Amino acid sequence: MEKSRKTELEKIATDVRIGVIESTNAAKSGHPGGSLSCADILTYLYFEQMNIDPKNPKMENRDRFVLSKGHCAPALYSVLALRGFFDKSELLNLRHIGSFLQGHPDMKHIPGVDMSTGSLGQGISAACGMALSAKHFKNDFKVYTVLGDGEIEEGQVWEAAMFAGNKGLSNLTAIVDFNNLQIDGTIDDVNSAKPIDKKFEAFGWHVITIDGNDFDSIENAFKEAEKVDKPVAIIAKTVKGKGVSFMENQVSWHGSAPDDEQTKQAVAELEAYKASLK
Amino acid sequence: MATRAAYGQTLVELGKERDDFVVLDADLAAATQTGKFKKEFPERFYDCGIAEQNMMSIAAGIAATGKKVFASSFAMFAAGRAFEQVRNSIGYPHLNVIIGATHAGISVGEDGATHQCCEDIALMRTIPGMTVINPADETEAKLAVRAAIECDGPVYMRFGRLAVPVIFGDDYKFEIGKGVQLKDGSDVTIVATGLMVNEALIAADILKDEGINARVINIATIKPLDKGIILKAAKETGAIVTAEEHSVIGGLGSAVCETLCEEYPVPVLKVGVYDTFGHSGPAKALLDEFGLRGVNIAEKAKKAIALKK
Repeated sequence: MEKSRKTELEKIATDVRIGVIESTNAAKSGHPGGSLSCADILTYLYFEQMNIDPKNPKMENRDRFVLSKGHCAPALYSVLALRGFFDKSELLNLRHIGSFLQGHPDMKHIPGVDMSTGSLGQGISAACGMALSAKHFKNDFKVYTVLGDGEIEEGQVWEAAMFAGNKGLSNLTAIVDFNNLQIDGTIDDVNSAKPIDKKFEAFGWHVITIDGNDFDSIENAFKEAEKVDKPVAIIAKTVKGKGVSFMENQVSWHGSAPDDEQTKQAVAELEAYKASLK
Repeated sequence: MATRAAYGQTLVELGKERDDFVVLDADLAAATQTGKFKKEFPERFYDCGIAEQNMMSIAAGIAATGKKVFASSFAMFAAGRAFEQVRNSIGYPHLNVIIGATHAGISVGEDGATHQCCEDIALMRTIPGMTVINPADETEAKLAVRAAIECDGPVYMRFGRLAVPVIFGDDYKFEIGKGVQLKDGSDVTIVATGLMVNEALIAADILKDEGINARVINIATIKPLDKGIILKAAKETGAIVTAEEHSVIGGLGSAVCETLCEEYPVPVLKVGVYDTFGHSGPAKALLDEFGLRGVNIAEKAKKAIALKK
């Protein structure tokens, strides 16, 4: 990737992170940790990879995205706002009564949201359904879905993995946000699905393991995915809470919002990082 | 003919008429009768294997791309096992998925309690925006499938394993949300659904012999319920008996009570499965044993009349 483009994406991803912090602060709830870990992947998808049009969010042959780990809605909403699907000021209404920005993605009311998710394990199945529909009805759109590494403890994920392998859904790419933490602790302490790569491989997927917080690594993975005639799983090693010093690798930030003081500090850190990007 | 057979036949007919839908099953195509569609249109049928939860969310994904989809399994697994997928992936986004659930109720027979689903109407009825249809015979089943594919939003269709008599002629008009009065009467009203509609007609004959004039109403669409026809019956006959091959908790009887207790309370007695599991046996013997016959409806009708003020 060209250095200038990489810097540009890093700046956007930092703005996405600021949106995550400010929106969860305004909501006094939400899930900043996992939103921060997948911010780079979502930024790449919406600013580089996917065929979408913010002016025409229901464009028929658009690529589809399903946030299977729906609780990381703050990252998705932040990316959608920055990409122009709706006004950035809406982020501060996250989870408020009357706001279309529900706690978890709502396809009926949020421009740019292709599938309602939140109950873990169901999004990847819906993504399989979209990919199957594209193949069956001869549309050439691609389908992307992001899962949590804790989420893949759900049995339904592996039903979907089996289905995608069996039906040869080569137009589907699933990204596992592998940040090693879930609500009750590390994924090893809770009930690890490791080895994640071997499991997807066993179901007939092409697996690529990357640094999910590095745009070169992310880009190489998506470029490789395009050449493969199988469903693709990108195992993206990430840092939970990425970009905010006191949130990084801290499980306590899975599902709690920063207060005003913490928000000020986090935004200052992120702004300083953005200013340092050249 | 069993209503499940009518379902399979109608899928084939629809397949010949239009190509904007696909059919999913979870390794029960021969039993649910989607196998008829599979045989005719193998490239438009997708077997999801024994993974009903995945199948329901797959169906949601297909519908989210603007296409129609039927998803079939036994009622126990479609409504029971996959309840949360139906609620969250299909119901919440109000997607056009038609769930063809077969082998509902006690008349599954020999397979026994694990497969005799008497809770599906209750479960599906609680999902906002879900249409719930339980046809009484093959004529109604065929028309209901055709209506379902035109419906906006999710539809749960309940079909039986057991062959049932034909009630409706070729001129029968089916409309989602409309109850149908099959027989007029002034002493009591029997409100029935599914295979209990035929039993309700038998009950009306029994009652007639005893000088009791019973009205019979077929409710195929349990949600949205035709409140008008129920309220009119309550006002004009003053007593109601409901009849369903389903638990008396949460099904048609409950739906009727919910309407009447708020708007026009009259005695309502229920014929159904009384908070118990089924067991193995021939379907018809089980219907006798569980009190799901015309004679049982007639008994309840007399009790309901006695409760009138």
